[in-house]
Amino acid sequence: MKARIHVSLKPGVLDPQGKAILGALESMGVDGVSDARQGKLIELDLADTDPDAARARVDDMCRRLLANTVIETYDIDLSE
Amino acid sequence: MKAAVIVFPGSNCDRDVAVTLRDVTGLDPRMHWHADPDLPKDLDLIVLPGGFSHGDYLRCGAMAAQAPVIAAVKRQAERGVAMLGICNGFQVLCETGLLPGALMRNRGLTYICKDVHLKAVTTDTIFTSHYDPAKAIRMPIAHHDGNYVADLPTLCMLEDEDRVAFRYCDAAGRVVDEANPNGSTANIAGILSENHRILGMMPHPERLADPRLGGTDGRALFTALLEALA
Repeated sequence: MKARIHVSLKPGVLDPQGKAILGALESMGVDGVSDARQGKLIELDLADTDPDAARARVDDMCRRLLANTVIETYDIDLSE
Repeated sequence: MKAAVIVFPGSNCDRDVAVTLRDVTGLDPRMHWHADPDLPKDLDLIVLPGGFSHGDYLRCGAMAAQAPVIAAVKRQAERGVAMLGICNGFQVLCETGLLPGALMRNRGLTYICKDVHLKAVTTDTIFTSHYDPAKAIRMPIAHHDGNYVADLPTLCMLEDEDRVAFRYCDAAGRVVDEANPNGSTANIAGILSENHRILGMMPHPERLADPRLGGTDGRALFTALLEALA
C-alpha cells in the first residue's frame, strides 16, 4: 500500500516561498493567478494491507514527525 | 555549573559553545551524543547548539526533536533544569514543543550570516539579568529559517507572561521593521518557557563572547547563567 501525504502551510500562515513563486509567475507575464502556496509531497511505501489501520498509522506519523501542526496541515491519500 | 551540550549529526556550534562555557565557568561541559538516551541527573544547564542537525531535512530541527536523548531532555525540563537553545537549538526546542511557535523560512528567502542588533526585553531571567534593556547589543546570526511565527493567542501569552527574551532592533535600540533581518513576528529573536528556565534564540551569543572574535556582547548571557546556576 502507498501513502501520499501532502503537507501545506495553514491558511493565514505567510508563505514567503509561495509569494516568490507568485512574483516569478507575474514577472513571466502569466496572468490570472491570484495566489501561490508551496507545500511538500511525501510518499511512503507501507507494509499495511488494511486501509483504516494504514491511515491511522500515517496520521500518527504526520502528527509526530512529518508535519508541524503549529504551522502546517496535511492530507493523506492511500492507494494500492 | 554542570553543563551538557547535546551533539546532533550536523551540529556545528557545539564546540563554540563548549569553548565559551569553559572560558566563563572554568569547567568543561559534557558533550552528549544525541543517540545516548541517558543524561546525567545532576546537570544545571543543557545546551542545544546551533548547526544543521540532520541536514535540515524535512524541517529544521524536526528529526533532532525525535532523537533518543530528547525524552530525557523533556524530563529534565519538567524538573526545571535550565536550557539554552541557540539557532538550530531554538528550532529543536520549538519542534519538541518545549517552546511554542515555529521558525519558518526567512522573509527574504536567503540564508543570512551577519551581525545584528538586539535588545533584552526582560531581564527577569537567569539568561538576561546582566543585560541593560535600554541598550542595543550585537550578536551574529547565521540562518535560513529564523522567521519566528506563532498564532495570535500564543503571541499574546508570550507578551503577557513576559516571555519575549530578545527583539531585533537597530543600533540605537529602536525595534523597527528595518532592523528585522528575517521577518520574525514582532521582531522576536528569542523566547522563554513558562517558567523562564528555557531560552531559545536565533542569534549566537557564543560567537561573540571573546574580544579576539571582535566583541563580547554575548558573554553576559553566560556570566549571568554562571551567577544564577553555580
